Amino acid sequence: MKSLVGAGRVIWLILRRDRFLLFLWIAALALTPLMFASAFQELYPTAEQRQAFVATSGRNPSFLLLFGPIFDSSIGALTAWRSAPVVVLVGLASLLTVIRHTRVEEETGRRELLGSTVVGRHSQLASALIVTFGANLALAALLALGMIGMGHPPVGSIAFGLSLAAVGWVFAAVGSVTAQLTESSAAARGIAIGALGLSYLLRAVGDVGEEGSRLSWLSWLSALGWAQRVRAYAGERWWILALALGFVVILVFAAMLLSSRRDVGAGVLRPRLGPAAAPPWLRGPMSLAWRLHRNTLFAWIAGFAVFGVMYGGVADNVVTLLGDSPQLRLIFERIGGTAALVDAFFAGIMGIFALAASAYAVQAALRLRVEETALRAEPVLATSVRRLSWAAGHLIFAVIGPVVLLAVAGFTSGMTYGLISGDLSHQLPRVLAAAMVQLPAVWVLVGISVALFGLLPRLSAVSWGALALFLLIGQVGPVMQLSQWILDLSPFTHVPNLPGGELSMAPLALLFGVGAGLTAAGLTGLARRDIGSGAG
Amino acid sequence: MTAVISISGLHKFFGPTHALDGLDLTVEEGEVHGFLGPNGSGKTTTLRILLGLLRADSGTARLLGGDPWHDATELHRRLAYVPGDVMLWPSLTGGEIIDLLGRMRGGLNIRRRDELLERFELDTRKKGRSYSKGNRQKVALIAALASNVELLLLDEPTAGLDPLMDAIFREYITEERHNGRTVLLSSHILAEVEALCNRVTIIREGRVVESGSLAELRHLTRTSIKAVLARPAPGLDGLPGVYDLQSDGSRVRFEVDTDQLNAVLAHLTSVGIKDLISQPPTLEELFMLHYRGRLKGGEEEGKNTKESR
Ligand SMILES: Nc1ncnc2c1ncn2[C@@H]1O[C@H](COP(=O)(O)OP(=O)(O)OP(=O)(O)O)[C@@H](O)[C@H]1O
Ligand SMILES: [Mg+2]
Repeated sequence: MKSLVGAGRVIWLILRRDRFLLFLWIAALALTPLMFASAFQELYPTAEQRQAFVATSGRNPSFLLLFGPIFDSSIGALTAWRSAPVVVLVGLASLLTVIRHTRVEEETGRRELLGSTVVGRHSQLASALIVTFGANLALAALLALGMIGMGHPPVGSIAFGLSLAAVGWVFAAVGSVTAQLTESSAAARGIAIGALGLSYLLRAVGDVGEEGSRLSWLSWLSALGWAQRVRAYAGERWWILALALGFVVILVFAAMLLSSRRDVGAGVLRPRLGPAAAPPWLRGPMSLAWRLHRNTLFAWIAGFAVFGVMYGGVADNVVTLLGDSPQLRLIFERIGGTAALVDAFFAGIMGIFALAASAYAVQAALRLRVEETALRAEPVLATSVRRLSWAAGHLIFAVIGPVVLLAVAGFTSGMTYGLISGDLSHQLPRVLAAAMVQLPAVWVLVGISVALFGLLPRLSAVSWGALALFLLIGQVGPVMQLSQWILDLSPFTHVPNLPGGELSMAPLALLFGVGAGLTAAGLTGLARRDIGSGAG
Repeated sequence: MTAVISISGLHKFFGPTHALDGLDLTVEEGEVHGFLGPNGSGKTTTLRILLGLLRADSGTARLLGGDPWHDATELHRRLAYVPGDVMLWPSLTGGEIIDLLGRMRGGLNIRRRDELLERFELDTRKKGRSYSKGNRQKVALIAALASNVELLLLDEPTAGLDPLMDAIFREYITEERHNGRTVLLSSHILAEVEALCNRVTIIREGRVVESGSLAELRHLTRTSIKAVLARPAPGLDGLPGVYDLQSDGSRVRFEVDTDQLNAVLAHLTSVGIKDLISQPPTLEELFMLHYRGRLKGGEEEGKNTKESR
């Protein structure tokens, strides 16, 4: 236990540093399901209506793909079902928090400072995990109390809360392992997010078939699948929580073991040596940006391609299974699609791809701020590189990266669907167009990031807040029937509903103008302001 | 001689912090200029203004005949900078970073780079994240020293270097001095400044407290005298330049401004000296006094070559 000395102080430090961030994600992720619950209450007040909904949506492959199976027609069970995307975000927030307080600390050398004081070898890791586990329990408690307060069965509410927390715990533990593997926090995050993505894929593919079909066992390999199979409000299966806990114990044990076998700052995977001299093409801000961004971009492209193929692959089922169901048609219209079911499906999927591409874009744009605060902008700007050229190097990725990603998503899903439906020449261009039409909305987020970076650099991270807000508006806005001006806040509200809908140029031009204007304002600010870690 | 750097009346605020408070600095062509001052006195801030990374609030700064803010990119072709905290891209190797910085600066002397790599014993195949502090420093130093530039701006360049590497660094700076390159060297290491610099400027709280050649500065210090005289010496404390006089009969102890030494010794001789110990002034002492913010005895009137209020 000597290795855990001082953990109390480290926990306190983490809580102090992250008090707002933790509060934000706990509150946002606990409140979203409550909003779903009240929306269901409003949309389907009677048991018959809900049974009709389950009879159709419960067998709809695209719903199975996105949210998994529905186990019961109570509002609680529907809420637990609809909250599947929230569960993914719980996993994401948890793994990011753990890596932020372990590998990032080591990478920046702060860990060493702390390690030299009376702090045991495992204290940092244990503290990060304890804080994240605690945050998940708080989230579970908040959610369960909220559901009970709304009059849902207490037992189901507790199971629902704990099923979210279980996913949080599992991915916190996954993060603690990947943080031991590599020296770079970006790589640790990449691997952990990859595990989350795989988990999602396994669950999605396993759920598309009926229960007991050939591939349904795949869902059992996924922590996201476990969360569903706890069956909150539908005959809770508590032993699945124990299964998750066992998995967490194994992972944490592995992380501790890895951590005690390596040096501070080092990873388990040894870095290889690189070239002793720069290749001839590495000679300016553009080529430097290419070196810094390319691996991330390739990873994102691969992710988009995998999900594109998967979504394209199941799109056809939407028609064959439920093409004539009037109720389902109605539901699709409620979630904002057009009459044609496949078109609505693709329009919805492209909206998700657009949000993901926006996350990439914000990340690429904010690389400018990362470079500045890590003092790596300074040596570049002390050479004959202009500020705007330096910024342009990174912004090319923020602007063109989403073009590539959405093209990949549109192409892979359109291609797969076209091949399956035997209508390639017709479908591919339509699906591709539906992907590309999202771009101006994505660029608005680039604009927000650049404007903050140039004008209010200390607030650069608020760009993520904007993305989260738009995500929230897109998720709960139509379900809760929020007033139009709130929906209009999100650029994604203004994207034409393709395929199938009408391609109107005016909103696209407006979005483009807003994005370009914000970017120009940010760059003007950058040209005038101080450069430095504390600048702002 | 033309001034490569001339700064006058420079002010810089960071919110409520008054980082530079009317700073003046002149660096002539071909000189190695030491830039000293306690932590937080504004050395790095001055260098960043010279690089056009920060914008001064008032005052003028000229660099290589241009304006550091407006002509930044053109001026940067002619200078190389080694930051105080060298941070490298984690995924690039040291060799790649050296070449890249050199190319972005406008040219790298390959022969000289190879020679520097060998002398500094740097493994250029390691990734940025795996270098130690000293090795990160070497990467930036080699990139700067191998560049074809007129001016070197070095912010505590030897922090983290071991003594062996430190000696090699000094060799190179001495060579630069002979080649007529201009160097502005911010440092906390007095031995380094004494060994390398023709002139030094000491700042404190954003103001210059001392500037001049090392010989001039030595002159400004005081010699401490312990003497046993033939009889008590009256009138000693009335002499100009004598401070902290303690007398115990015929034994006296005092400090004297070095430029008044002759007159004071003449007075002692006239009384008759039995024993005398004189301690020469050290620069160290002078720096310490400035760093602490006061000269011994409390007064600094008119003793500095530059303004010191
Ligand atoms: N970006 C910033 N924001 C706020 N204050 C700053 C910033 N940069 C510097 N300062 C403040 O300005 C003052 C001068 O700092 P500077 O870094 O120039 O000192 P220095 O002489 O280089 O010190 P050291 O010897 O420790 O390197 C300090 O009080 C510092 O805290
Ligand atoms: Mg400094």
